Amino acid sequence: MITIATVFLPLLGAAIAGLFGSFIGKRGAQLVTCGLLLASAALAGVTFAKVALGGQPETIALMNWIQSGSVNVTWALKVDTLTAVMLIVVTWVSAAVHVYSVGYMAHDPCIQRFQSYLSLFTFFMLMLVTADNLVQMFFGWEGVGLASYLLIGFWYEKPSASAAAIKAFVVNRVGDFGFALGIFGIFFLFDSVGFDAIFAAAPDKANATVTFFGVEWHAITICCLLLFVGAMGKSAQLGLHTWLPDAMEGPTPVSALIHAATMVTAGVFMVARMSPLFEFSDTALSVVTVVGAATAIFAATVGCVQNDIKRIIAYSTCSQLGYMFFAIGVSAYQAAIFHLMTHAFFKALLFLGAGSVIHAMSDEQDIRKMGGIWKHVKVTWALMWIGSLALAGIPFFAGYYSKDTILEAAWASHTVVGQGAYWMGISAAFLTAFYSWRLLLLTFHGRPRADEHVMAHVHESPAVMLLPLLFLATGAVFAGWLGHELFVGHGIHEFWGHSILVTAAHPSLENAHHVPEWVALLPTVVAVSGIALAYLFYSLVPALPVALAGAFQGIYRFLLNKWYFDELYDTLFVKPAFRLGRGLWLGGDGALIDGCGPDGVAAATRGMARRVARLQSGFIYHYAFAMLIGVAVFVTWYIFNAR
Amino acid sequence: MNDWPLLSLTTFLPLLGALFILTIRGEAEVVTRNARSVALLTSAATFIVSLFVWGKFNGASPDFQFKETANWFPGTTIAYSMGVDGVSMWFVLLSTFLTPLCILSTFGSVKVRVKEYMISFLVLETMMVGMFCALDLVLFYLFFEGVLIPMFIIIGVWGGRRRVYAAFKFFLYTLLGSVLMLLAMLAMYFEAHTTDIPSLMAHSFPFAMQQWLWLAFFASFAVKVPMWPVHTWLPDAHVEAPTAGSVILAGVLLKMGGYGFLRFSVPMMPEASIYFTPLVYTLSIVAVIYTSLVALVQEDMKKLIAYSSVAHMGYVTIGIFAMTTQAVEGAIFQMLSHGIVASALFLCVGVVYDRMHTREIGRYGGLAERMPKYAAVFMLFTLASVGLPGTSGFVGEFLVLLGVFQVNTWVSFFAATGLVLGASYMLYLYRRVVFGRLVREDLKTILDLDLREVAVFVPLIVVVIWMGVYPSTFIEPIHASVAKLIDNYELARAAHDGLSVAVR
Repeated sequence: MITIATVFLPLLGAAIAGLFGSFIGKRGAQLVTCGLLLASAALAGVTFAKVALGGQPETIALMNWIQSGSVNVTWALKVDTLTAVMLIVVTWVSAAVHVYSVGYMAHDPCIQRFQSYLSLFTFFMLMLVTADNLVQMFFGWEGVGLASYLLIGFWYEKPSASAAAIKAFVVNRVGDFGFALGIFGIFFLFDSVGFDAIFAAAPDKANATVTFFGVEWHAITICCLLLFVGAMGKSAQLGLHTWLPDAMEGPTPVSALIHAATMVTAGVFMVARMSPLFEFSDTALSVVTVVGAATAIFAATVGCVQNDIKRIIAYSTCSQLGYMFFAIGVSAYQAAIFHLMTHAFFKALLFLGAGSVIHAMSDEQDIRKMGGIWKHVKVTWALMWIGSLALAGIPFFAGYYSKDTILEAAWASHTVVGQGAYWMGISAAFLTAFYSWRLLLLTFHGRPRADEHVMAHVHESPAVMLLPLLFLATGAVFAGWLGHELFVGHGIHEFWGHSILVTAAHPSLENAHHVPEWVALLPTVVAVSGIALAYLFYSLVPALPVALAGAFQGIYRFLLNKWYFDELYDTLFVKPAFRLGRGLWLGGDGALIDGCGPDGVAAATRGMARRVARLQSGFIYHYAFAMLIGVAVFVTWYIFNAR
Repeated sequence: MNDWPLLSLTTFLPLLGALFILTIRGEAEVVTRNARSVALLTSAATFIVSLFVWGKFNGASPDFQFKETANWFPGTTIAYSMGVDGVSMWFVLLSTFLTPLCILSTFGSVKVRVKEYMISFLVLETMMVGMFCALDLVLFYLFFEGVLIPMFIIIGVWGGRRRVYAAFKFFLYTLLGSVLMLLAMLAMYFEAHTTDIPSLMAHSFPFAMQQWLWLAFFASFAVKVPMWPVHTWLPDAHVEAPTAGSVILAGVLLKMGGYGFLRFSVPMMPEASIYFTPLVYTLSIVAVIYTSLVALVQEDMKKLIAYSSVAHMGYVTIGIFAMTTQAVEGAIFQMLSHGIVASALFLCVGVVYDRMHTREIGRYGGLAERMPKYAAVFMLFTLASVGLPGTSGFVGEFLVLLGVFQVNTWVSFFAATGLVLGASYMLYLYRRVVFGRLVREDLKTILDLDLREVAVFVPLIVVVIWMGVYPSTFIEPIHASVAKLIDNYELARAAHDGLSVAVR
């Protein structure tokens, strides 16, 4: 009952605010959605205590969904430790964002719609994490995509927002294309889409092969890879990441909730949920590692040169998701989920803090036009510092525990890709610290670069916005310290139960406790050096970055333009699709099919008729002449045949 | 009501209403008003009667139910014979469900020759329902062709500027296919000496003959579905047809093709169906990708949705010929879902067309500001069209793709690209019409949905969500009939394989 309420209270809130918004008014919508979400968050806490700490996983069947032949999909809520952790992350961050939005969106005319969308998103996300089969997960998966689409395009008058919304949906659909095929493949292999049935049968199919797309594959590998394409789309991994930076067109609370803390981590959750399958395919795990590590480093490099405060954090999110994936790739699923949890707190904190800054700066987002505002927004400033310290992995903040565990596990995997991921992760950690302090220094410190008009308006946000920030900051400080024993320490087996499977062949997380001293220390060292470099560049010698950018124009442009992914996709896919569509329409349908088909036949008939009509001239002698010819022909024919 | 001829009642009740409307005399305004009420009441009553068909339908039985037979042509086997099984039952309900909504939707838009319009619609309903119930070849053919006449009139009289061109194109395309089908039907009669559809389903035709029969039927059904490359009548017909005409066209008429495949091609010519499956796959995949790309560049709202219909019906034909349980049930479900969703989308276009008298996408933009209710409704159906889980669109597509994946992964792969393309063109349409800034002067006074329009949309919304969240209601009654269909098909396949082995 508690679980059902946790999941469906947000839906209730969304329905009330969405359908009866004009009836209950703005304040009413805020009260209803925030109230129900706080209730849901409290219940999630109860569930967590019972399921994760008490060790009592449960599955609640609700009703039938799709039944056809051997396909038997039900609506059900499956809660084990993995889900319980996600319930906590989703509802707590969501509750914070709901409350924050009351302040942030105060001047918006469509508050009811906004609150309704936020609650709707939360519902879909909860359905995703409580799914007990792949199809329900797909329901939540596409549902959060929809909510993301609606929220990115919330300010629909802005063309850039509408474009970003479509981009987010369509790029995600490319991932979902893989996800769907993965589901079909799994059904082909296991004759079921329910997790329990699949996981129970997985060991038997460990060596099975199938022929998909004309090639014989290791069965589990191909299924895992297809599913991973879906995860790449949702979690903005290299290749399918292009929608995430653009998604910053949405209101900032949305970026915090959807594009930092929860939805984008759905891919990580999905792969962790499918661990009993991924464990049987070293190839798939290697691919996950490589993609994750590449994303971590790619996004970090781009993050270093962006100027939009939200985009910097967006690339940072992308990069941190890369960490989570390569953790999964080396079978440190628990570490990935641990980082997912800590990251949710500090990244939501950073985004909401950025929102507070944008609020203070009269909707300015370019950090080149900020600076020197820390005196005016002391609380925000302090909280942004905490978020950045946690993100950079400075000891005893949340990120320190989770990120270090990931890096140690990568090193301890003793595989080539794992070690490679370690070094890429170390480089990305350096860059992470660098861009975080670049952001802090340019935004809060130094001399003001905004005009007096804006500076005069700089003000601290109201309490309704600061309280959620304080809550998240608490998480950013303590979550790692509180959680690491349970999530990745000695309590790991009792805590996770059967929700995650790690086979004996992949002991990276066990080994992570016994890595050499320098492996464990290096992340902290590079983080501190990254901070130092940022101070050098943006506080001590500000001319240096400018000179560097000038000296290495090519590299700078390349990074500033995000490795030209958008341009590449535009020329490869978008423009050709439109050109092809127009060609097929006018050439194929118009000229060829209609030309040879109905229009052509009609024209031919008319032409023929006109020619035949010309015979009907009305002159008697024409007809007489024609008759004579006919008679002549008949006579000739008769004579020749008679012989 | 146990002994009532429910199917005949459902079929001919609208005709009765039409006759009644014919007798209405008096002042033009009174006639108009009465014609509207009579049409609405009749179609609503028909829907209620058809609900009894659903209520009394025994889903566990694969046989034809509610059978009625009466001698028709003495001395021949031709009889008036009606009945429904799991395959056809929902199509009867789809027709009777959409007709009252169509009639209600025309109250605001059709102002001239209202009496005749209502008569056409009621006659159309009789033909549609009769077609799905007919269990005799001749009777089927009669209804099948009969549908064309009121539709031809609806497009040709109440249509847009190029209505005559569209009406003729529609008529000629569909008639050409039907002529071949008629020849095939004659051939079947001379071979099997019966026109009774259940008997014909049990009869096994020689393989060589099956191939010819299959092609002849295919010529007719492929045009109706429509499959690429005989789809070009559809965009024109939709664009020129009045809103309600488009709704019936997309909602029911396109389903006649898919229904025909399920009723004739697959059960009566199973070996030929196996033989020609690659052809169907190819044409369907081309339809999915080709028409999706074409839809992307359309500038006319109705044309865009018309092209999207072709793409969506591509899934249906793939599903029917994949012949796995999921694929066939998915195909039927997809037809029902498309019937609701495409109809609703055409009604959405109709709403703004009634206000602005243009369907050009570029003439709109920013409607969300003035029309929040409309924006929400349009959004819901857009999402259903792109197959978002939780709406009806998902279940059909999912089952078809899942089903076909089990027999041919490549087909599933290419068809699944429709997931991406469909999202692209639908959201692109939605963005251009509803999002953006409201700048055009004439749009600044546009009104949101009124009560009558809301009444039209609410039933559709309920059904779309119902079908998406609890599709069992709709799938369960078709299990038995589909299972029987597939069993027969598998038998034929085994026999066919055995035959070809023997020949070798």
